[in-house]
Amino acid sequence: MILGFPKSWSTLSYLTAICFALPLGAICIQALVPDEAVFGHLMQTVLPTYIFNTLALMLFVSLGALLIAVPAAWCVARCDFPGRNWFQWALLLPLAMPAYVVAYVYTDLLDYAGPIQTWLRQVNGWLSPTDYYFPDVRTLGGASVMLALVLFPYIYLLARTAFMEQSPSLLHASRVMGASPGRSFWRLNLPMARPALAVGAALVAMETAADFATVSYFAVPTLTTAVYDTWLGYGSLAAAAKLSAIILLVVFCLIGAERFARRKQELFQKQTPITSHERYGLSGYKAWLATGYCVVLLLLAFGLPVWILLGYAWDYFDVSWNQAFWEYSLNSLTIALVVSLMTVVFALLLMFVRRCSPREVDILPSRLASTGYALPGTVLAIGVLVPLSYLDFALNDLYAYFNQVEPGLIFSGTLFVLIFAFTIRFAAIAIGSIENSYKQISPSLDMASVTMGMKPSAILSRIHLPLLRSGIFAAILLVFIECMKELPAALLLRPVGFENLATYVYQFVSDEQLEQGALGAIVIVLVGLVPLIYLNRSLEQGN
Amino acid sequence: MRFMKRLAVLGFACVTSMANAADSITVYSYRQAFLIDPILADFTKETGIKVNLVFAKQGIAERIAREGRLSRADLVLTSDFSRLMELADRDLVASVDSDTLQQNIPANLRSPNGDWFALTKRVRNIYSSKERLGPLDIDYEDLADPKFKGKICTRSGKHPYNISLVASMIAHHGEAETKTWLEGVKANLARKPQGNDRAQVKAVKEGLCDIAIGNSYYLGKMLQDPKQVPWAEAVNINFPNQKNRGAHINVSGMALAKYAPERENAIKLMEYLSGQQAQQTYAELNMEYPVKLDVKPSKLVASWGDYKADELPIHKLAEYHGAAVKLLDQVKFDL
Repeated sequence: MILGFPKSWSTLSYLTAICFALPLGAICIQALVPDEAVFGHLMQTVLPTYIFNTLALMLFVSLGALLIAVPAAWCVARCDFPGRNWFQWALLLPLAMPAYVVAYVYTDLLDYAGPIQTWLRQVNGWLSPTDYYFPDVRTLGGASVMLALVLFPYIYLLARTAFMEQSPSLLHASRVMGASPGRSFWRLNLPMARPALAVGAALVAMETAADFATVSYFAVPTLTTAVYDTWLGYGSLAAAAKLSAIILLVVFCLIGAERFARRKQELFQKQTPITSHERYGLSGYKAWLATGYCVVLLLLAFGLPVWILLGYAWDYFDVSWNQAFWEYSLNSLTIALVVSLMTVVFALLLMFVRRCSPREVDILPSRLASTGYALPGTVLAIGVLVPLSYLDFALNDLYAYFNQVEPGLIFSGTLFVLIFAFTIRFAAIAIGSIENSYKQISPSLDMASVTMGMKPSAILSRIHLPLLRSGIFAAILLVFIECMKELPAALLLRPVGFENLATYVYQFVSDEQLEQGALGAIVIVLVGLVPLIYLNRSLEQGN
Repeated sequence: MRFMKRLAVLGFACVTSMANAADSITVYSYRQAFLIDPILADFTKETGIKVNLVFAKQGIAERIAREGRLSRADLVLTSDFSRLMELADRDLVASVDSDTLQQNIPANLRSPNGDWFALTKRVRNIYSSKERLGPLDIDYEDLADPKFKGKICTRSGKHPYNISLVASMIAHHGEAETKTWLEGVKANLARKPQGNDRAQVKAVKEGLCDIAIGNSYYLGKMLQDPKQVPWAEAVNINFPNQKNRGAHINVSGMALAKYAPERENAIKLMEYLSGQQAQQTYAELNMEYPVKLDVKPSKLVASWGDYKADELPIHKLAEYHGAAVKLLDQVKFDL
């Protein structure tokens, strides 16, 4: 806190926060606009199905991800088994896979014409689909499994940390009193990790609600695909905004639940991580079981899809290795770089004001600016386009009034809108990362600097920036990978004719020709791997 | 904020430079660039007018509507008929009165008031398994015949290609009869409608079904992809209803944007696209049939044989579009 901290800094942070909260406001207002009965028609016919599908999917995916992630996290955190050190970080890899790519690969493998069913038919002499039962991949259940496979690392990461940080003395007490390791897990470890699991499950559910490509490929209509179809198909922005408002309601309920869980988490955290001799040394079949589980999980969620993608890319290398591929890669990288730098700049501004301002309310801007992450890409797109189109027309009217040449759609029709939306969506990540870094800087440093007559701008550039370096780097990396993967917002907001890797790959997925776009998918995955490895390393150092 | 400002300035510079480019037109296209680029290159060579082509798979109508009077779009190219209708229905097109277009494009393949024009035709074919059925003399009506129970594969009924087939059935038989027909077809399906037209032919190859509904050009496209050649070789292509009204055709087309800034030049391009040279290339690149009567299709397409096309004016299909969607919902075709 710096007494006499200039108000201009605070004003700037409020302005930024208002810009960032613009989409949320726009959707609320747009949802109130009458819509020529499109929404009424939807409500009578398909809306109940959409809502049911969305909620069921969120539930199944969270449960599935919990079931997958908790055993893995517990084994890695509390047991010693062959390959443990390696699995510790390798289990994060699936996070780099776009869910729709995994979905495509498994559909190819498991559908009627795929190798598995063909092989079954040959072995058993079956001739037609009526001869046997095989589960259909392109269903709600199939989509749940696919999403759980790529989203479980969120829970795994949080659960692993939670299990590691549980005080060993509690476990010792439980064991002394005669509880078996299994009983200790159910009665002690699991209940203590519950807040972390709730946070993870809420994150997974939010990501599920935001997913567009997987459910659209599987023809499982959800609210998110409905927003897209209503907007582009029926051409009704108002009805799409109403659907968006429903999604927001669901997401904010989730965030409420997550906040509640995190509030309690403080009570349990004891910073005494366990050491290697306090882990259960597994041997014999138990060690095989633990290793086997991690191997199978990793193969299913990462190894197999990547292997198949590599196969596609190899077969179709000549088709995909072209000028367009380079252009789209460059587009993706540029956008990701610009957005990650912008989010960091804004996050620095917001967190600097929050730290230095003596006014209590100045915590608001950083909170407000973090709401963007709650908006799924399709919803955000509407929220961004409405105010920017309005701004564009106002500006053009102004030019026309003064008899000047109208500049056209300089905000809503250019890359500005895409960068603006991405910045809003991912600002929360940068804010969180820099917030954590700030916690490590002692306030006495600020005070010393003020005593020596430094101005706020000098404190920021000469004291804070060098100390925040690692936090800033992490923020850039995390935002970067999210920008590479983000699909629905890019699909809806890009200027006509602009493609990046995500939209390029999705185009092939929706045409059922991923083979030709596999190279692009591999680049997305590879770029995503770098931050994951870095993130894990910094986490390990933290431990 | 400074960053934002700088970015806005950058965007501004981009737009103004685009607006000032001399003699260039902007085409919003639902068709992929590689299908049109060679033709546009010739057009530029001949007229000196540069063409800025932008492709999007979906949402062009929505974008033009949002851009309103500030839209830079001059011409819209679509890959099927329903998109043309959408543009016309939402009042996003300007009508064109051109003798060249009227001479080159038959009356049943353009809007009566000049709102839109077809550029290529494709047939909604019925593919049959070479091994199990051989070539068929078949009508769309036969798809409801119980003898094909469990033998038919198709993509979603709600796909524009199928909607317009259903609309043509309504035009010829009325709603009640079409509903019965749809119920019959649904009862004959080997699986829930899914995938695209190629996936149906692939399913025939795999033995999942014996009959697939699909557009004509997919056969040509599959023959170009080494992995898909075996699928294409597993089927015969059949032109339906040859003994009566002829096969159902769908079209790709073009429409002039309502607020086209370069109206004159855009019309020049429209006329060029309907001409001899462009028609030849345009049809060949996507294995389709040209709309201009004296232009021949590619050798491969011609090798599938002559066919008789349904003479029903295309704009008639638009009238029954809504009814077709409702019928498909009523019989729960996709569920």
